[in-house]
Amino acid sequence: MSAIDDLFAQLKSEGKKAFMPFITAGDPDVEFSSALLESLDEAGCHLAELGIPYSDPIADGPVIQASYTRALNKKIKLESILDMTAAITPKLKMPIVSMVSYAIIYRQGMDNYLKNAIASGISGAIVPDMPVDESAVFAEKCRALDFSLIQMITPTTDRDRAIEIAKQASGFIYYVSIAGITGERNELPPELIENLRWLKTQTDLPICVGFGISQPKHAVALKEVADGMIVGSAIVRRIASVEEDSESRQEVIDDVTEFAKEMMAAING
Amino acid sequence: MTTSFLKQPNPDAALPDSQGRFGEFGGRFVPETLVAALDQLEEEYHKAKQDPEFQAELDVLLRDFVGRPSPLYFAKRLTEKCGGAQIWFKREDLNHTGAHKINSTIGQALLTLRMGKTRVIAETGAGQHGVATATACAHFGLPCIVYMGEEDVRRQAPNVRSMRSMGAEIRPVTTGSRTLRDAVNEAMRDWMGSVEDTHYILGSVVGPHPFPMIVRDFQAIIGRETIVQSQDRFGRLPDAVVACVGGGSNAAGMFFPFVAQTDVPLIGVEAGGYDDEPGHHASSLTYGKPGVLHGSFSYVLQDEDGQTDDVHSASAGLDYPGVGPEHSHWKKTGRVEYRSCRDDEALDTFDLIAKTEGILPALESSHAIAKGMEVASERGKDEIVVVCLSGRGDKDADEIQRLRSEQA
Repeated sequence: MSAIDDLFAQLKSEGKKAFMPFITAGDPDVEFSSALLESLDEAGCHLAELGIPYSDPIADGPVIQASYTRALNKKIKLESILDMTAAITPKLKMPIVSMVSYAIIYRQGMDNYLKNAIASGISGAIVPDMPVDESAVFAEKCRALDFSLIQMITPTTDRDRAIEIAKQASGFIYYVSIAGITGERNELPPELIENLRWLKTQTDLPICVGFGISQPKHAVALKEVADGMIVGSAIVRRIASVEEDSESRQEVIDDVTEFAKEMMAAING
Repeated sequence: MTTSFLKQPNPDAALPDSQGRFGEFGGRFVPETLVAALDQLEEEYHKAKQDPEFQAELDVLLRDFVGRPSPLYFAKRLTEKCGGAQIWFKREDLNHTGAHKINSTIGQALLTLRMGKTRVIAETGAGQHGVATATACAHFGLPCIVYMGEEDVRRQAPNVRSMRSMGAEIRPVTTGSRTLRDAVNEAMRDWMGSVEDTHYILGSVVGPHPFPMIVRDFQAIIGRETIVQSQDRFGRLPDAVVACVGGGSNAAGMFFPFVAQTDVPLIGVEAGGYDDEPGHHASSLTYGKPGVLHGSFSYVLQDEDGQTDDVHSASAGLDYPGVGPEHSHWKKTGRVEYRSCRDDEALDTFDLIAKTEGILPALESSHAIAKGMEVASERGKDEIVVVCLSGRGDKDADEIQRLRSEQA
């Protein structure tokens, strides 16, 4: 059982759903990321997704791309991100999952990446550019280390394939709400609820929904069928305005934390 | 086509394998959202390949619309100047739209229609692929959107005008390095949200499977014609074949039919930029390492974290930090030798070819010719070196003048 399995077992027993904020590691710097994670944890977020900045993120919309670019322009390195998580994770109740391109994992080597991520307190990975057809070797290594490999199912995934993906996945299934890139949407697709209902009959893994989720009304609409919700761009957008001074930093941390509380109230209220 | 004099069957003809791998390279490292569209494309392509009507329609278009076969031309004064082997140009610059790119865009536009898709997107660097896509779309009445780095919109203005004339919408890309790599990212992002009704006409032998295979197959007419023309002219195969490599589509098309003819040396020429410092060139095979970029596993220019390096080439079409996975396979197996040509050698070659042959070669092709001259000068007068002159250089005239005035 990984920390993520424990989390969902506990939420299930309490009849609760998970709220998972996404933040970019190192935007604008690792000190800020660390302080924000601590604040989100105190507010009661259940799990955090930590985006590892990547130069060519094809699944990401303008908000997260710009955030990655800001971090990379400041020469953020994987090593300093992992140093940051190693220091902060012992203080956090919520597990951390890395959102990381396979380009980065391959360059470190799979074994090396897993060793360093686990040593830094990270509990799992979402690898958006490693579909199930390419993930067998990595999935096996993750399983052996009790490191969750969260796989994505999308509206373009046919049902047989969705069942295959669910078999390979661990931790939870990341259901992508729309065919498209990350970013805030006002309306969610009408067929989403039905697709989630079907998927729930096919797997025992928790199903969390991401992409486009950005408003409390989305949380209300999804809470009956999803086990958790992931919010990225609506948070990262709030971070874009942070300035160097400590007053501005605290304001942004408070603003993001307030937003997370609103979303949690909608999910579990 | 008569190919009876070919000595060996092509052992690589079965590549890629069912996983889209050329040896260890290739594959499909893309978001799940795109997998269904790639499956659909692969399936439709296999059906089309078996369909005589598809082949017949493509052949007629290549003949009457593109103007194939393209000539194999003896560069007589250049040969005399180099004093070695005979230098022959495969004149892809004489195709409609002035480059090899149209060989693939016509084929892919036909696939678009077969799949029942109603909208086309493309990326472009030098603008040649954008023009070839806009042309194919105008021919078939398909709406066309071309993503092009802002920097390339500036340095390839004539091609931007052509695309707009043919009804294509140009979307300048302002992210990252504002060149080809970012144009590919933006096209992929568009496709993430439009896969249901849109085909992405990828321009090179890069990206996720099946693109490297499909683009290579449509471009392989270059090599097949060269083999037939060599037989007609020389009664044998050439002694060496040279082509430039950015993503590597003209080279893959030229080399693929020759791969099994192991006594014909094949030389790919990458963009050497200013020098061999990271960021100063675009020679993925010469200086890069295997890694992942744009959906495939291949040689790539990256830092130690896996972040893609910025690259440089005077030539917009070679200004790309990755390369097609089949080229990586050919490098690994040693079947193709890859060399690197600096910006200034390419610029000098452009001038030389203009003056000695009355041809303005594209800056991309000038890289191949520069190394073709090197290969020719290492060989005897009765030997034959064929260089793929992949495109015409009119589009580069302004940029060359600008670069020259910077040097002055």
